[in-house]
Amino acid sequence: MRAMVYRGPYRVGVEDKERPRVEHPNDAVVRVTVAAICGSDLHLYHGLIPDTRVGHTFGHEFVGVVEEVGPSVERLRPGDRVMVPFDVSCGSCWYCARGLLGNCHNVNANAAAVGGIYGYSHTAGGFDGGQAEYVRVPFADVGPEPIPAWLADEDALMLTDALPTGYFGAQLGDVGEGDVVVVFGAGPVGLFAARSAWFMGAGRVVVVDHVAERLAKAREFAFAETVDLGVVDDVVVHLKEATGHLGADVAIDAVGAEAVGAPLQHAAASWLKLTGGSAVALNWAIDAVRKGGTVSVVGAYGPIFVPVKFGDALNKGLTLRMNQCPVKRQWPRLLEHVRAGHLRPSDVITHRYDLEDVAEAYETFSAKRDGCIKPVLVPSP
Amino acid sequence: MPYTAATPPLPETPEELRARIPGWGADLDPAVRPSYPKLLPPDVTRYGAHWTEPERQTEHAPRERSVEHAHLTPVFGTAQPLHGLAGALRRHAYARFSEARAAHWLLLVAADRLDVVEHRLAAPATRRALAGAAVAGAAVLGARAVARR
Repeated sequence: MRAMVYRGPYRVGVEDKERPRVEHPNDAVVRVTVAAICGSDLHLYHGLIPDTRVGHTFGHEFVGVVEEVGPSVERLRPGDRVMVPFDVSCGSCWYCARGLLGNCHNVNANAAAVGGIYGYSHTAGGFDGGQAEYVRVPFADVGPEPIPAWLADEDALMLTDALPTGYFGAQLGDVGEGDVVVVFGAGPVGLFAARSAWFMGAGRVVVVDHVAERLAKAREFAFAETVDLGVVDDVVVHLKEATGHLGADVAIDAVGAEAVGAPLQHAAASWLKLTGGSAVALNWAIDAVRKGGTVSVVGAYGPIFVPVKFGDALNKGLTLRMNQCPVKRQWPRLLEHVRAGHLRPSDVITHRYDLEDVAEAYETFSAKRDGCIKPVLVPSP
Repeated sequence: MPYTAATPPLPETPEELRARIPGWGADLDPAVRPSYPKLLPPDVTRYGAHWTEPERQTEHAPRERSVEHAHLTPVFGTAQPLHGLAGALRRHAYARFSEARAAHWLLLVAADRLDVVEHRLAAPATRRALAGAAVAGAAVLGARAVARR
Protein backbone atom coordinates (compact mmCIF):
# COMPACT_ATOMS: atom_id res chain seq x y z
CA MET A 1 0.00 0.00 0.00
CA ARG A 2 0.99 3.65 -0.28
CA ALA A 3 1.62 5.42 3.02
CA MET A 4 3.02 8.66 4.34
CA VAL A 5 6.45 8.07 5.81
CA TYR A 6 8.58 10.17 8.18
CA ARG A 7 12.21 10.45 7.11
CA GLY A 8 13.48 12.99 9.61
CA PRO A 9 12.62 16.49 10.83
CA TYR A 10 10.89 18.44 8.04
CA ARG A 11 11.18 15.44 5.68
CA VAL A 12 8.16 13.32 4.83
CA GLY A 13 7.14 11.45 1.72
CA VAL A 14 5.02 8.60 0.41
CA GLU A 15 6.36 5.07 0.02
CA ASP A 16 5.16 1.56 -0.54
CA LYS A 17 4.64 -0.20 2.76
CA GLU A 18 3.28 -3.59 3.70
CA ARG A 19 -0.48 -3.45 4.27
CA PRO A 20 -1.28 -3.77 8.01
CA ARG A 21 -2.54 -7.10 9.30
CA VAL A 22 -4.84 -8.23 12.08
CA GLU A 23 -2.39 -8.79 14.95
CA HIS A 24 -4.87 -9.20 17.82
CA PRO A 25 -8.25 -10.93 17.74
CA ASN A 26 -10.12 -7.63 18.24
CA ASP A 27 -8.24 -5.73 15.53
CA ALA A 28 -9.79 -4.37 12.36
CA VAL A 29 -8.00 -3.18 9.24
CA VAL A 30 -9.64 -0.08 7.81
CA ARG A 31 -9.26 1.23 4.27
CA VAL A 32 -8.89 5.00 4.68
CA THR A 33 -11.27 7.23 2.75
CA VAL A 34 -9.95 10.55 3.97
CA ALA A 35 -7.43 11.57 6.63
CA ALA A 36 -6.49 14.88 8.18
CA ILE A 37 -3.26 16.48 9.26
CA CYS A 38 -3.45 17.85 12.80
CA GLY A 39 -1.55 20.79 14.22
CA SER A 40 -0.02 18.34 16.66
CA ASP A 41 1.32 16.32 13.69
CA LEU A 42 3.55 19.31 13.10
CA HIS A 43 5.31 18.61 16.41
CA LEU A 44 6.19 15.18 14.96
CA TYR A 45 7.14 16.74 11.62
CA HIS A 46 9.46 19.15 13.41
CA GLY A 47 11.14 16.32 15.33
CA LEU A 48 9.86 17.48 18.70
CA ILE A 49 8.33 14.25 20.01
CA PRO A 50 10.80 11.68 21.43
CA ASP A 51 10.95 8.24 19.82
CA THR A 52 9.65 9.29 16.44
CA ARG A 53 11.20 6.63 14.20
CA VAL A 54 12.16 6.90 10.56
CA GLY A 55 9.50 5.06 8.57
CA HIS A 56 6.63 5.94 10.92
CA THR A 57 3.28 6.76 9.33
CA PHE A 58 1.52 9.68 10.99
CA GLY A 59 -2.22 10.30 11.12
CA HIS A 60 -4.62 10.05 14.04
CA GLU A 61 -7.60 11.58 12.23
CA PHE A 62 -9.17 9.33 9.62
CA VAL A 63 -12.41 7.75 8.48
CA GLY A 64 -12.82 4.79 6.17
CA VAL A 65 -14.34 1.44 5.37
CA VAL A 66 -13.71 -1.74 7.33
CA GLU A 67 -11.62 -4.10 5.20
CA GLU A 68 -11.01 -7.00 7.58
CA VAL A 69 -11.87 -7.89 11.18
CA GLY A 70 -10.26 -10.20 13.71
CA PRO A 71 -12.04 -13.29 15.08
CA SER A 72 -13.36 -11.66 18.26
CA VAL A 73 -14.80 -8.52 16.63
CA GLU A 74 -18.58 -8.44 17.09
CA ARG A 75 -19.76 -4.90 16.30
CA LEU A 76 -18.21 -4.24 12.90
CA ARG A 77 -18.21 -6.05 9.55
CA PRO A 78 -16.21 -5.57 6.36
CA GLY A 79 -17.86 -2.85 4.33
CA ASP A 80 -18.94 -0.75 7.33
CA ARG A 81 -18.21 2.97 6.91
CA VAL A 82 -16.61 4.04 10.19
CA MET A 83 -15.18 7.00 12.07
CA VAL A 84 -12.37 6.21 14.46
CA PRO A 85 -11.42 8.19 17.59
CA PHE A 86 -7.81 9.30 17.68
CA ASP A 87 -7.46 7.49 21.02
CA VAL A 88 -6.78 3.76 20.98
CA SER A 89 -8.88 2.43 23.86
CA CYS A 90 -9.41 -1.06 25.31
CA GLY A 91 -12.64 -0.23 27.15
CA SER A 92 -11.77 -2.39 30.13
CA CYS A 93 -8.76 -0.95 31.97
CA TRP A 94 -9.12 1.19 35.11
CA TYR A 95 -9.24 4.35 33.02
CA CYS A 96 -11.40 3.29 30.07
CA ALA A 97 -13.94 1.66 32.41
CA ARG A 98 -14.38 5.07 34.08
CA GLY A 99 -14.67 7.06 30.87
CA LEU A 100 -11.08 8.24 30.48
CA LEU A 101 -10.71 6.80 26.98
CA GLY A 102 -7.74 9.03 26.23
CA ASN A 103 -5.73 7.46 29.04
CA CYS A 104 -5.95 3.75 28.22
CA HIS A 105 -3.44 1.62 30.12
CA ASN A 106 -3.61 -1.46 27.91
CA VAL A 107 -2.35 -0.23 24.55
CA ASN A 108 0.81 1.81 25.04
CA ALA A 109 3.77 -0.31 26.13
CA ASN A 110 6.19 2.58 25.67
CA ALA A 111 4.78 5.08 28.16
CA ALA A 112 2.49 4.61 31.13
CA ALA A 113 1.88 8.37 31.18
CA VAL A 114 0.36 8.41 27.70
CA GLY A 115 -2.61 6.57 26.27
CA GLY A 116 -2.54 5.12 22.78
CA ILE A 117 -2.73 7.44 19.77
CA TYR A 118 -2.59 6.43 16.10
CA GLY A 119 0.47 7.60 14.21
CA TYR A 120 1.97 9.64 17.03
CA SER A 121 5.41 8.06 17.56
CA HIS A 122 6.32 5.24 19.90
CA THR A 123 5.81 7.57 22.84
CA ALA A 124 2.11 7.12 22.02
CA GLY A 125 2.37 3.37 21.52
CA GLY A 126 4.02 2.80 18.15
CA PHE A 127 0.89 2.37 15.99
CA ASP A 128 1.25 3.44 12.37
CA GLY A 129 -1.41 6.02 11.57
CA GLY A 130 -4.07 6.70 9.00
CA GLN A 131 -2.24 8.93 6.50
CA ALA A 132 -2.14 5.84 4.34
CA GLU A 133 -4.37 3.58 2.30
CA TYR A 134 -4.92 1.17 5.21
CA VAL A 135 -4.55 1.30 8.97
CA ARG A 136 -4.63 -1.22 11.80
CA VAL A 137 -7.37 -0.36 14.31
CA PRO A 138 -7.02 -2.21 17.65
CA PHE A 139 -10.06 -2.88 19.83
CA ALA A 140 -12.44 -2.45 16.92
CA ASP A 141 -15.40 -3.22 19.20
CA VAL A 142 -14.57 -0.25 21.45
CA GLY A 143 -13.37 2.74 19.45
CA PRO A 144 -14.81 2.97 15.93
CA GLU A 145 -18.45 3.75 15.23
CA PRO A 146 -20.42 3.45 12.01
CA ILE A 147 -20.85 6.91 10.49
CA PRO A 148 -24.53 7.93 10.51
CA ALA A 149 -25.98 7.99 7.02
CA TRP A 150 -26.77 11.71 7.27
CA LEU A 151 -23.18 12.66 8.16
CA ALA A 152 -20.67 13.41 5.37
CA ASP A 153 -17.19 11.88 5.52
CA GLU A 154 -15.44 15.21 6.01
CA ASP A 155 -17.75 16.18 8.88
CA ALA A 156 -17.15 12.76 10.46
CA LEU A 157 -13.42 13.31 9.98
CA MET A 158 -13.56 16.49 12.07
CA LEU A 159 -15.27 14.43 14.77
CA THR A 160 -12.28 12.10 15.18
CA ASP A 161 -10.25 14.78 16.99
CA ALA A 162 -10.59 18.49 16.27
CA LEU A 163 -14.22 19.11 17.22
CA PRO A 164 -14.34 16.81 20.27
CA THR A 165 -11.05 18.24 21.52
CA GLY A 166 -12.18 21.83 21.01
CA TYR A 167 -15.46 21.16 22.79
CA PHE A 168 -13.54 19.34 25.53
CA GLY A 169 -11.35 22.43 25.97
CA ALA A 170 -14.39 24.56 26.63
CA GLN A 171 -15.87 21.93 28.92
CA LEU A 172 -12.66 21.65 30.94
CA GLY A 173 -12.89 25.40 31.37
CA ASP A 174 -16.21 24.90 33.14
CA VAL A 175 -17.71 27.78 31.15
CA GLY A 176 -20.75 29.27 32.86
CA GLU A 177 -23.40 31.70 31.68
CA GLY A 178 -21.94 35.11 30.95
CA ASP A 179 -18.31 33.99 31.32
CA VAL A 180 -15.57 35.79 29.45
CA VAL A 181 -13.54 33.14 27.61
CA VAL A 182 -10.16 33.66 25.97
CA VAL A 183 -8.93 31.05 23.52
CA PHE A 184 -5.25 30.99 22.61
CA GLY A 185 -4.84 29.56 19.11
CA ALA A 186 -7.13 29.88 16.09
CA GLY A 187 -6.35 26.52 14.57
CA PRO A 188 -9.20 24.04 14.21
CA VAL A 189 -9.18 23.06 17.90
CA GLY A 190 -9.22 26.69 19.02
CA LEU A 191 -11.98 27.52 16.55
CA PHE A 192 -14.12 24.65 17.83
CA ALA A 193 -13.31 25.57 21.44
CA ALA A 194 -14.48 29.12 20.81
CA ARG A 195 -17.66 27.89 19.13
CA SER A 196 -18.31 25.45 21.95
CA ALA A 197 -17.88 28.14 24.60
CA TRP A 198 -20.99 29.82 23.12
CA PHE A 199 -22.93 26.52 23.43
CA MET A 200 -22.10 26.63 27.14
CA GLY A 201 -23.43 30.17 27.54
CA ALA A 202 -20.32 32.35 27.32
CA GLY A 203 -20.91 36.11 27.41
CA ARG A 204 -17.79 37.03 25.42
CA VAL A 205 -15.32 34.89 23.46
CA VAL A 206 -11.92 36.30 22.47
CA VAL A 207 -9.47 34.41 20.25
CA VAL A 208 -5.75 35.19 20.17
CA ASP A 209 -3.50 34.27 17.22
CA HIS A 210 -1.04 35.85 14.81
CA VAL A 211 -2.15 34.54 11.41
CA ALA A 212 -4.55 36.84 9.56
CA GLU A 213 -6.60 34.11 7.87
CA ARG A 214 -7.07 32.26 11.15
CA LEU A 215 -8.18 35.41 12.95
CA ALA A 216 -10.66 36.06 10.16
CA LYS A 217 -11.99 32.50 10.54
CA ALA A 218 -12.34 33.04 14.28
CA ARG A 219 -14.53 36.08 13.62
CA GLU A 220 -16.60 34.45 10.89
CA PHE A 221 -16.87 30.79 12.02
CA ALA A 222 -16.56 31.18 15.78
CA PHE A 223 -18.27 34.59 16.15
CA ALA A 224 -15.35 35.66 18.31
CA GLU A 225 -13.55 38.91 19.01
CA THR A 226 -9.92 38.60 17.99
CA VAL A 227 -6.51 39.78 19.15
CA ASP A 228 -3.51 39.73 16.81
CA LEU A 229 -0.54 39.07 19.05
CA GLY A 230 1.76 40.41 16.36
CA VAL A 231 0.20 43.84 16.69
CA VAL A 232 -0.30 44.37 20.41
CA ASP A 233 2.62 45.23 22.59
CA ASP A 234 1.76 42.91 25.49
CA VAL A 235 -0.97 40.32 25.04
CA VAL A 236 -1.68 39.99 28.76
CA VAL A 237 -1.99 43.75 29.36
CA HIS A 238 -4.20 44.04 26.29
CA LEU A 239 -6.52 41.30 27.56
CA LYS A 240 -6.63 42.82 31.04
CA GLU A 241 -7.62 46.19 29.58
CA ALA A 242 -10.22 44.52 27.36
CA THR A 243 -11.83 42.81 30.38
CA GLY A 244 -12.06 45.77 32.75
CA HIS A 245 -8.76 44.73 34.33
CA LEU A 246 -10.43 41.70 35.88
CA GLY A 247 -9.08 39.14 33.38
CA ALA A 248 -10.95 36.33 31.65
CA ASP A 249 -13.01 33.83 33.63
CA VAL A 250 -11.70 30.99 31.47
CA ALA A 251 -8.57 30.72 29.33
CA ILE A 252 -8.12 27.84 26.90
CA ASP A 253 -4.68 26.85 25.56
CA ALA A 254 -5.33 25.42 22.11
CA VAL A 255 -1.78 26.04 20.93
CA GLY A 256 0.46 23.58 22.73
CA ALA A 257 4.09 22.86 22.23
CA GLU A 258 5.20 25.28 19.53
CA ALA A 259 3.78 28.59 20.66
CA VAL A 260 5.40 31.60 19.07
CA GLY A 261 5.92 34.79 20.98
CA ALA A 262 8.94 34.09 23.17
CA PRO A 263 12.11 33.71 21.11
CA LEU A 264 14.28 32.04 23.74
CA GLN A 265 11.69 29.40 24.62
CA HIS A 266 11.00 28.81 20.96
CA ALA A 267 14.72 28.36 20.28
CA ALA A 268 15.14 25.79 23.04
CA ALA A 269 12.07 23.90 21.97
CA SER A 270 11.88 24.04 18.22
CA TRP A 271 15.51 24.35 17.23
CA LEU A 272 17.40 22.47 19.91
CA LYS A 273 14.46 20.16 20.60
CA LEU A 274 15.46 20.10 24.23
CA THR A 275 12.19 20.78 25.97
CA GLY A 276 8.68 19.43 25.72
CA GLY A 277 7.60 22.61 24.02
CA SER A 278 7.44 26.36 24.29
CA ALA A 279 4.73 27.09 26.84
CA VAL A 280 4.14 30.70 25.86
CA ALA A 281 0.41 30.30 25.27
CA LEU A 282 -0.03 28.38 28.51
CA ASN A 283 1.79 31.09 30.46
CA TRP A 284 -0.29 33.78 28.79
CA ALA A 285 -3.39 31.83 29.76
CA ILE A 286 -2.22 31.75 33.37
CA ASP A 287 -1.50 35.46 33.36
CA ALA A 288 -4.58 36.59 31.43
CA VAL A 289 -7.19 34.68 33.42
CA ARG A 290 -8.62 36.32 36.55
CA LYS A 291 -7.69 35.16 40.01
CA GLY A 292 -9.80 32.14 40.90
CA GLY A 293 -10.40 31.43 37.21
CA THR A 294 -9.85 28.28 35.19
CA VAL A 295 -7.18 27.41 32.65
CA SER A 296 -8.00 24.58 30.29
CA VAL A 297 -5.24 22.94 28.26
CA VAL A 298 -5.93 20.91 25.14
CA GLY A 299 -2.85 21.94 23.18
CA ALA A 300 -0.39 19.08 22.84
CA TYR A 301 2.89 19.00 24.76
CA GLY A 302 5.70 16.44 24.68
CA PRO A 303 6.81 14.44 27.71
CA ILE A 304 9.92 16.47 28.55
CA PHE A 305 10.04 19.49 30.83
CA VAL A 306 8.26 22.69 29.87
CA PRO A 307 8.76 25.97 31.75
CA VAL A 308 5.45 27.01 33.29
CA LYS A 309 4.66 29.98 35.55
CA PHE A 310 3.45 27.83 38.39
CA GLY A 311 3.92 30.58 40.98
CA ASP A 312 1.37 32.76 39.23
CA ALA A 313 -1.04 29.85 38.99
CA LEU A 314 -0.63 29.25 42.72
CA ASN A 315 -0.92 32.88 43.81
CA LYS A 316 -3.97 33.41 41.65
CA GLY A 317 -5.74 30.33 42.96
CA LEU A 318 -6.29 28.92 39.50
CA THR A 319 -7.90 25.66 38.50
CA LEU A 320 -5.89 23.93 35.77
CA ARG A 321 -7.66 21.16 33.86
CA MET A 322 -6.31 19.19 30.96
CA ASN A 323 -6.29 15.82 29.23
CA GLN A 324 -6.23 14.06 25.91
CA CYS A 325 -9.88 14.19 24.86
CA PRO A 326 -11.92 10.98 25.33
CA VAL A 327 -13.30 11.35 21.83
CA LYS A 328 -15.96 8.67 21.76
CA ARG A 329 -17.45 10.00 24.97
CA GLN A 330 -18.08 13.33 23.22
CA TRP A 331 -19.82 11.93 20.17
CA PRO A 332 -23.46 11.62 21.27
CA ARG A 333 -23.78 15.27 22.27
CA LEU A 334 -21.69 16.56 19.37
CA LEU A 335 -23.74 14.61 16.84
CA GLU A 336 -26.83 16.28 18.32
CA HIS A 337 -25.24 19.70 17.78
CA VAL A 338 -24.33 18.87 14.18
CA ARG A 339 -27.75 17.38 13.43
CA ALA A 340 -29.43 20.47 14.91
CA GLY A 341 -27.44 22.65 12.50
CA HIS A 342 -25.52 24.47 15.23
CA LEU A 343 -22.30 24.04 13.24
CA ARG A 344 -20.88 22.21 10.24
CA PRO A 345 -17.54 20.68 11.28
CA SER A 346 -16.08 20.53 7.76
CA ASP A 347 -16.26 24.34 7.52
CA VAL A 348 -12.74 24.48 9.00
CA ILE A 349 -11.21 22.41 6.18
CA THR A 350 -9.29 24.67 3.80
CA HIS A 351 -7.01 22.38 1.77
CA ARG A 352 -7.43 19.00 0.12
CA TYR A 353 -4.46 16.99 -1.13
CA ASP A 354 -3.89 13.67 -2.76
CA LEU A 355 -1.95 11.41 -0.38
CA GLU A 356 0.91 11.43 -2.92
CA ASP A 357 1.30 15.18 -2.26
CA VAL A 358 1.71 14.77 1.50
CA ALA A 359 5.12 16.49 1.53
CA GLU A 360 3.63 19.63 0.03
CA ALA A 361 0.70 19.41 2.45
CA TYR A 362 2.97 19.31 5.49
CA GLU A 363 5.18 22.06 4.17
CA THR A 364 2.24 24.38 3.48
CA PHE A 365 0.57 23.62 6.81
CA SER A 366 3.79 24.07 8.76
CA ALA A 367 4.51 27.42 7.10
CA LYS A 368 0.86 28.47 7.60
CA ARG A 369 0.94 29.49 3.97
CA ASP A 370 -1.90 30.02 1.54
CA GLY A 371 -4.44 30.47 4.34
CA CYS A 372 -4.03 26.84 5.36
CA ILE A 373 -6.00 26.09 8.52
CA LYS A 374 -6.94 22.41 8.12
CA PRO A 375 -5.55 20.18 5.37
CA VAL A 376 -6.95 16.74 4.52
CA LEU A 377 -5.43 13.89 2.52
CA VAL A 378 -7.21 11.54 0.14
CA PRO A 379 -5.57 8.24 -0.83
CA SER A 380 -5.75 7.68 -4.58
CA PRO A 381 -8.55 5.28 -5.53
CA MET B 1 -12.83 47.02 37.66
CA PRO B 2 -11.95 44.45 40.34
CA TYR B 3 -11.36 47.24 42.83
CA THR B 4 -15.05 46.94 43.62
CA ALA B 5 -17.34 43.92 43.81
CA ALA B 6 -19.03 44.66 40.49
CA THR B 7 -18.38 42.53 37.38
CA PRO B 8 -17.73 44.43 34.13
CA PRO B 9 -20.90 44.55 32.03
CA LEU B 10 -21.21 42.31 28.99
CA PRO B 11 -21.71 43.90 25.56
CA GLU B 12 -24.68 41.67 24.66
CA THR B 13 -27.61 40.14 26.52
CA PRO B 14 -28.25 36.37 26.42
CA GLU B 15 -31.23 37.05 24.13
CA GLU B 16 -29.06 38.97 21.68
CA LEU B 17 -26.42 36.21 21.74
CA ARG B 18 -29.03 33.49 21.27
CA ALA B 19 -30.35 35.34 18.22
CA ARG B 20 -26.92 35.84 16.68
CA ILE B 21 -25.06 32.59 17.45
CA PRO B 22 -26.52 29.20 16.47
CA GLY B 23 -26.72 26.92 19.48
CA TRP B 24 -25.92 29.59 22.07
CA GLY B 25 -26.75 28.26 25.52
CA ALA B 26 -27.70 24.74 24.34
CA ASP B 27 -25.24 23.29 26.86
CA LEU B 28 -25.78 25.73 29.72
CA ASP B 29 -26.60 22.81 31.99
CA PRO B 30 -23.32 21.04 32.84
CA ALA B 31 -25.21 17.76 33.07
CA VAL B 32 -25.75 17.65 29.27
CA ARG B 33 -22.06 18.16 28.58
CA PRO B 34 -20.24 14.89 27.88
CA SER B 35 -17.21 14.04 30.00
CA TYR B 36 -19.18 15.04 33.10
CA PRO B 37 -18.46 13.90 35.66
CA LYS B 38 -14.83 13.25 34.91
CA LEU B 39 -14.88 9.74 36.40
CA LEU B 40 -17.88 7.52 35.72
CA PRO B 41 -18.80 4.45 37.75
CA PRO B 42 -16.64 1.64 36.32
CA ASP B 43 -18.37 -0.33 33.54
CA VAL B 44 -16.26 -2.30 31.06
CA THR B 45 -19.23 -2.79 28.72
CA ARG B 46 -20.00 0.92 28.40
CA TYR B 47 -17.99 1.38 25.18
CA GLY B 48 -18.29 -2.12 23.75
CA ALA B 49 -15.71 -4.28 25.52
CA HIS B 50 -16.92 -7.85 25.99
CA TRP B 51 -14.03 -8.89 28.21
CA THR B 52 -12.75 -7.88 31.65
CA GLU B 53 -9.16 -8.39 30.60
CA PRO B 54 -8.18 -8.33 26.92
CA GLU B 55 -6.52 -11.27 25.20
CA ARG B 56 -2.80 -10.77 24.84
CA GLN B 57 -1.25 -9.95 21.47
CA THR B 58 1.53 -12.32 20.47
CA GLU B 59 5.02 -10.95 21.13
CA HIS B 60 6.98 -12.26 18.13
CA ALA B 61 10.20 -10.47 19.12
CA PRO B 62 11.26 -8.82 22.41
CA ARG B 63 9.21 -5.62 22.60
CA GLU B 64 10.59 -2.67 24.52
CA ARG B 65 8.38 -1.26 27.26
CA SER B 66 8.39 1.42 29.90
CA VAL B 67 9.60 0.11 33.27
CA GLU B 68 6.65 1.92 34.77
CA HIS B 69 4.47 -0.81 33.30
CA ALA B 70 4.32 -4.03 35.30
CA HIS B 71 4.42 -6.03 32.07
CA LEU B 72 3.99 -5.65 28.35
CA THR B 73 0.55 -4.26 27.55
CA PRO B 74 -1.96 -6.76 26.12
CA VAL B 75 -2.01 -4.80 22.85
CA PHE B 76 1.00 -2.95 21.48
CA GLY B 77 2.15 -1.26 18.31
CA THR B 78 4.37 -3.22 15.95
CA ALA B 79 5.46 -0.38 13.67
CA GLN B 80 9.21 0.21 13.13
CA PRO B 81 10.71 -2.42 15.49
CA LEU B 82 14.03 -1.50 17.07
CA HIS B 83 17.09 -1.95 14.88
CA GLY B 84 20.56 -0.58 14.42
CA LEU B 85 22.48 1.65 16.82
CA ALA B 86 19.45 3.88 17.33
CA GLY B 87 17.51 0.80 18.33
CA ALA B 88 20.17 -0.20 20.83
CA LEU B 89 20.13 3.29 22.33
CA ARG B 90 16.34 3.23 22.53
CA ARG B 91 16.34 -0.20 24.15
CA HIS B 92 18.79 1.07 26.75
CA ALA B 93 16.67 4.16 27.42
CA TYR B 94 13.58 2.01 28.03
CA ALA B 95 15.33 -0.65 30.09
CA ARG B 96 17.49 1.58 32.27
CA PHE B 97 15.44 4.71 32.98
CA SER B 98 11.83 5.29 33.92
CA GLU B 99 9.71 7.99 32.26
CA ALA B 100 10.35 10.09 35.37
CA ARG B 101 14.02 10.45 34.48
CA ALA B 102 15.25 13.14 32.08
CA ALA B 103 17.87 10.67 30.82
CA HIS B 104 15.09 8.45 29.43
CA TRP B 105 13.82 11.21 27.15
CA LEU B 106 17.18 12.71 26.27
CA LEU B 107 18.44 9.29 25.16
CA LEU B 108 15.31 8.83 23.02
CA VAL B 109 15.82 12.26 21.46
CA ALA B 110 19.47 11.37 20.72
CA ALA B 111 18.34 8.06 19.23
CA ASP B 112 15.93 9.92 16.96
CA ARG B 113 18.78 11.97 15.52
CA LEU B 114 20.97 8.85 15.20
CA ASP B 115 18.10 7.04 13.45
CA VAL B 116 18.01 9.67 10.72
CA VAL B 117 21.79 9.54 10.26
CA GLU B 118 21.78 5.73 10.06
CA HIS B 119 19.04 5.74 7.44
CA ARG B 120 20.76 8.37 5.34
CA LEU B 121 24.06 6.48 5.48
CA ALA B 122 22.37 3.22 4.61
CA ALA B 123 20.42 4.46 1.60
CA PRO B 124 23.24 5.36 -0.83
CA ALA B 125 25.39 2.50 0.45
CA THR B 126 22.58 0.07 -0.28
CA ARG B 127 22.20 1.49 -3.76
CA ARG B 128 25.95 1.36 -4.35
CA ALA B 129 26.15 -2.17 -3.07
CA LEU B 130 23.28 -3.30 -5.30
CA ALA B 131 24.75 -1.52 -8.30
CA GLY B 132 28.15 -3.03 -7.64
CA ALA B 133 26.66 -6.51 -7.27
CA ALA B 134 24.73 -6.08 -10.53
CA VAL B 135 27.85 -5.02 -12.42
CA ALA B 136 29.90 -7.86 -10.92
CA GLY B 137 27.19 -10.39 -11.74
CA ALA B 138 26.92 -9.19 -15.33
CA ALA B 139 30.70 -9.36 -15.70
CA VAL B 140 30.81 -12.95 -14.39
CA LEU B 141 27.98 -14.08 -16.68
CA GLY B 142 29.58 -12.34 -19.64
CA ALA B 143 32.96 -13.94 -18.96
CA ARG B 144 31.39 -17.42 -18.73
CA ALA B 145 29.50 -16.90 -21.97
CA VAL B 146 32.70 -15.93 -23.73
CA ALA B 147 34.55 -18.90 -22.21
CA ARG B 148 31.89 -21.40 -23.48
CA ARG B 149 32.20 -20.22 -27.09
